[in-house]
Amino acid sequence: MDRTKDEDQLQALAQVVARFTHTPLRRSIGENIRLLLERPDGLYCFRLHKDRVYYMSEALMRHALSFPRHALISVGTCFGKFTKSGKFHLHVTALEFLAPYAQHKIWLKASMEQQFLYGHHVLKSGLARVTENTAKYQGVVVYNMKDVPLGFGAAAKSTAECRHADPTAIVAFHQA
Amino acid sequence: MKEEKKERRLAQKELDSSVKINVAEEDRFVLPSAEEQEREAGLPADLQALKTRIHDIVHVLSDFAARRQADRPRQDYVTQLRRDLCLYYSYNEFLMERLMDLFHLSELLDALEANEIQRPVTIRTNTLKTRRRDLAPSLIDRGVNLDPIGPWSKVGLVVYSSQVPIGATPEYLAGHYMLQGASSMMPVLALAPQHGETVLDMCAAPGGKTTYIAALMKNTGMVYANDANEARVKAVVGNLHRMGVTNAVISCTDGREMPKIRPAGFDRVLLDAPCSGTGVIAKDPAVKTSKDEKDIQRCAQLQRQLLLAAIDSVNAKSKTGGYVTYSTCSILVEENEAVIEYALNKRNVKLVPTSLTVGKEGFAKFKAKRFHPSMTHTRRFYPHTHNMDGFFVAKLKKFSNTIPGTEPAAEEQPSGPAPAPPQKRKADVDANDDEGFDEDDKAAAPSPQKKKRKAPQGQQKSPRSKHVGGKPGAKGKKWQKSVNPKARNPKKKGLNKKP
Repeated sequence: MDRTKDEDQLQALAQVVARFTHTPLRRSIGENIRLLLERPDGLYCFRLHKDRVYYMSEALMRHALSFPRHALISVGTCFGKFTKSGKFHLHVTALEFLAPYAQHKIWLKASMEQQFLYGHHVLKSGLARVTENTAKYQGVVVYNMKDVPLGFGAAAKSTAECRHADPTAIVAFHQA
Repeated sequence: MKEEKKERRLAQKELDSSVKINVAEEDRFVLPSAEEQEREAGLPADLQALKTRIHDIVHVLSDFAARRQADRPRQDYVTQLRRDLCLYYSYNEFLMERLMDLFHLSELLDALEANEIQRPVTIRTNTLKTRRRDLAPSLIDRGVNLDPIGPWSKVGLVVYSSQVPIGATPEYLAGHYMLQGASSMMPVLALAPQHGETVLDMCAAPGGKTTYIAALMKNTGMVYANDANEARVKAVVGNLHRMGVTNAVISCTDGREMPKIRPAGFDRVLLDAPCSGTGVIAKDPAVKTSKDEKDIQRCAQLQRQLLLAAIDSVNAKSKTGGYVTYSTCSILVEENEAVIEYALNKRNVKLVPTSLTVGKEGFAKFKAKRFHPSMTHTRRFYPHTHNMDGFFVAKLKKFSNTIPGTEPAAEEQPSGPAPAPPQKRKADVDANDDEGFDEDDKAAAPSPQKKKRKAPQGQQKSPRSKHVGGKPGAKGKKWQKSVNPKARNPKKKGLNKKP
């Protein structure tokens, strides 16, 4: 009784969320989101809880329902949060799930790597490679030269523009 | 030749006797008289003199008959020693008394000294993200001097020195390792979670043990991390996310509410109970003076309630599990063996070996108290012998869900006044605390809960069959069959809604 009500509420929320969430997610991984939800090891789902979006397996979700809402702090992996103004921000914790499906990537030189981790934007001088056809303000996943995903960014310039930018220009904004 | 030998022997004898004489003369230690003590109390303490006196008294006490002053009883020496130790190491009298009870004299000084020194920093490799043999070289490259922690752990590393802050390397931020005391790996090793199980960590903050559990389970199954403190839960969230644990539910409720939320819903439960912290004095010297009898009692009572809650949350019918691991970072008997003994009496659980290869056995008897003989399955860790924090680990196996604890809880609540049960239990504990640890002998006391406990006769497979009435077993069994958990559930649900 209580349980189904909870579930309904969550589901309703999730649908509202889906509209929001999927836009920024789509920006970075595109239509691959289906792959996230229907994984070979079972169904997975997104749930909104206290303005944060969590990604978890269905089984885990059902278990988590046994807790009262106020007592629940986090389930599965936190993907991002909604700001008070309704914008969605990705969290770096989503990286390991999103990175394999990312369509647009940039690679950093070793010198830039540490700076990016400490929250700086990516400069042209630190850029090693970038996926072709990246549009301006496209969500990107940032890698280092050893192909380890570092975080999320947004392209400040399209690939074509990058070619002609001067070394100190910002080519990607640090996001998470 | 012979003469030579004789001479040598004689010389040796002479030497020996002279030495003995010397010892006797020098070491005839005289206790300060009452006046001297008073005078001393007014002056600032002379640490060097204190230290000498401590050693003298220990020396006397180690062979009391030979080295005592004839007119002073042993008690005088012990009191003086306690006072000196308190002054020298700045403990309060209460804690020092407990420690003196706990350790043999020769051990005592070692233990106190060990409490003054910090334990080495240890880290645990996060097997979800990396391997120890990958992690170690990359840390060594950053100028960290480290070694494997010991033969009992494949993931632990001891850090001797480091040029970089060990909690801020890129490896740490990427979740490749966790700063974790050696002792806090023990309870998880004892718990031995299996793949695909549902495990609860009842007092999880800051998440070190929880991440270890998840790592051992390779992110399969489910891990529940609960902590009552909202601020500390945030640390759990941070750590779990950093370590890449994806199968965790993190909640913030009182651990005692757990059985209501998921009655018998877990395969294994780890209870790292909040405690007085007498095992980690090196970390927090405030413990030396801030704890007294009442604090310990308060802790012990909370621990009992939590342990019962933990046992109630475990499903005895679980195919792989049904285990509860109880641990504290306290070395006091009141918070450890006594709590376990209480649970043994109140629930259908038994102690099982922890499968830990290190550690000392728990006490089966301590001073006047006699615990269950299986108490030797528990493990104690001391700073001075194992060079890790003082710690206690016990592993319990629950062998029946239909037990004295849950049964009365289900039946009693409707009849009794609404908010009664927890308080009654509290009262129970309080009363028992005064008496020592033999609760069950007092079970005859006219408390409604106790009476109810007698009701489900024949169900108890417990070795403590004192309460089992005279009903024939067969009847009991039939009854037990009819009352399956499902049938009881609606009742329980109704109850939970009541308050």
